Amino acid sequence: MTDSPNQPAAVDERIKERSPLREALIRPELGGIMGTAIVFVLFLLFASDSGMFNSQGILNWSQVSAQFMIIAVGACLLMIAGEFDLSVGSMIGFCGMMIAIFSVTMGWPVWLAIIVTFALCIAIGALNGFIVIRTGLPSFIVTLAFLFILRGFTIYLPQTLERKTIIGGVKDAAEGDWLAAIFGGKILTGLFQWMGDAGIIATFERGSNIGKPVVDGLPMLIVWAIVLIIFGHILLTRTKFGNWIFASGGDAEAARNSGVPVNRVKILMFMFTAFCACVFATCQVMEFGSAGADRGLLKEFEAIIAVVIGGALLTGGYGSVIGAALGALIFGVVQQGLFFAGVESSLFRVFLGVILLFAVILNTYIRRIITGER
Amino acid sequence: MSEPIIQMKNIEKHFGSVIALAGVSVDVFGGECHCLLGDNGAGKSTFIKTMSGVHKPTAGEIFFEGQPMSFADPRDAIAAGIATVHQHLAMIPLMSVSRNFFMGNEPVKSVGPLKFFDHDYANRVTMEEMRKMGINLRGPDQAVGTLSGGERQTVAIARAVHFGAKVLILDEPTSALGVRQTSNVLATIDKVRKQGIGVVFITHNVRHAMAVGDRFTVLNRGKTLGTAMKGEIEHEELQDMMAGGQELAQLEGSLGGTV
Repeated sequence: MTDSPNQPAAVDERIKERSPLREALIRPELGGIMGTAIVFVLFLLFASDSGMFNSQGILNWSQVSAQFMIIAVGACLLMIAGEFDLSVGSMIGFCGMMIAIFSVTMGWPVWLAIIVTFALCIAIGALNGFIVIRTGLPSFIVTLAFLFILRGFTIYLPQTLERKTIIGGVKDAAEGDWLAAIFGGKILTGLFQWMGDAGIIATFERGSNIGKPVVDGLPMLIVWAIVLIIFGHILLTRTKFGNWIFASGGDAEAARNSGVPVNRVKILMFMFTAFCACVFATCQVMEFGSAGADRGLLKEFEAIIAVVIGGALLTGGYGSVIGAALGALIFGVVQQGLFFAGVESSLFRVFLGVILLFAVILNTYIRRIITGER
Repeated sequence: MSEPIIQMKNIEKHFGSVIALAGVSVDVFGGECHCLLGDNGAGKSTFIKTMSGVHKPTAGEIFFEGQPMSFADPRDAIAAGIATVHQHLAMIPLMSVSRNFFMGNEPVKSVGPLKFFDHDYANRVTMEEMRKMGINLRGPDQAVGTLSGGERQTVAIARAVHFGAKVLILDEPTSALGVRQTSNVLATIDKVRKQGIGVVFITHNVRHAMAVGDRFTVLNRGKTLGTAMKGEIEHEELQDMMAGGQELAQLEGSLGGTV
């Protein structure tokens, strides 16, 4: 070979030129980006005077979206690693319930309750992964079993211990707790006060809180969502481990042959999904001050839908955390936006189904172009 | 020739009551292409899996550069310099060429305490290595799925060579390829051999073996039927040894010598 590396490679007549615009558009997130744009344009047109885009309105749909995002990040990485977790919703219920039982029923300090619950739930996530790896069964089946097992315990434990299915009083127990504040607190209160004073966001005009902004800070729930998205995105695209995630989901056997520790990657991703479910549950428990046996119902599907809208492949090996986050944003904005627009809320499902279908069709088309599937 | 890079002596491998290998001996020198021939079920796959550390032999010895060796897992073998390019499982179609190229050997760049995948380096090296092998990529982020079967094999071979393979095991690299793609892969094998790497070329296609092979070992029902140098053995002899002789000779008669 006489080519020096600096010389441009000989032009292959079979490689067609592609326009830069097309190059820029061809990315896994395209479906999510377009969906987000459509959703925002629609609601700006039809619900702009409903309060959806004032400070409370934005907080409202951002919080709902942030919830979806937290579980979508976990589901996304796990799906790219080639596995599913259907137990996410039950894990949310179980995790919240365990925090309430430890802190209220058993009287532990809240920080200890949170740490023990996280450890327990992540261990269950690892068990999920371990069973999937060891038995070679589809993760669909294994985690479906845990969907029922965990939900069963979530109902059984409070009934046996407290004779009820909702345990309240977590808020009182969490008062002044350092770890609880990381999940239930708010940051940037000074900034929001300043924005209120400057007239950028609405303030209370009467009552005891007069002069204070209606939205007095950024909830930790949203901070967690942003941190997890950035972490997930960098992990997936910019690290060695991210390459292993893609490889494990793309073709586990080929990855193993190349020395990728596929089993470890998959089990870690099950644990990360459980971690995300715990973050969701803890934020929720701290916000509501109680844990209910029916919390997190159907969340696993909502997470999977968000991930699929975001361009991930159901069979693994392909996807994007940013896309999944956009999918979650679409979810949150549509769910809350229909309420603001005064549309019958049952239409949410219709809208969601339509968006899901279009996003997936678009994503499949893009993926074919990128990967040369035929 | 001096000392063989890898020497496998009387390797036996039993799976429960099944004897997959009953005493196979093969050695590989640097810069040669050693063809391992055998029909389906002859034990070729089991043998190379033993060589690449996937299976532990039930009995027998492995010497690597003169030292007795026992590989705990494939990573050990890869670290020692034994690289395997598998038939279908070499590449992940959904991933880009550069991600595939560095799969399992990702280059990292430290930023403070954090370590990141060094995409710039990976992309540069991938393009360079691909150009050396005569493949023009649209870009290092092109998905492997867009490459042809022969190009994928070539990427896999280039990858193994880049990561310092001393012995390259090719598991039926040409079995699913067209004529032109096959000749590309065979040309690649020749380039690799000239760099002093020992190539173990597994195939059941005698024509492909004769095209590049320096020595030929035939496996049949878990046993070696001996090793022959290039020029010492004819096409037909190899074919007969692989099939166990009789039936194929009859078939060949009735098919008019087309097999």
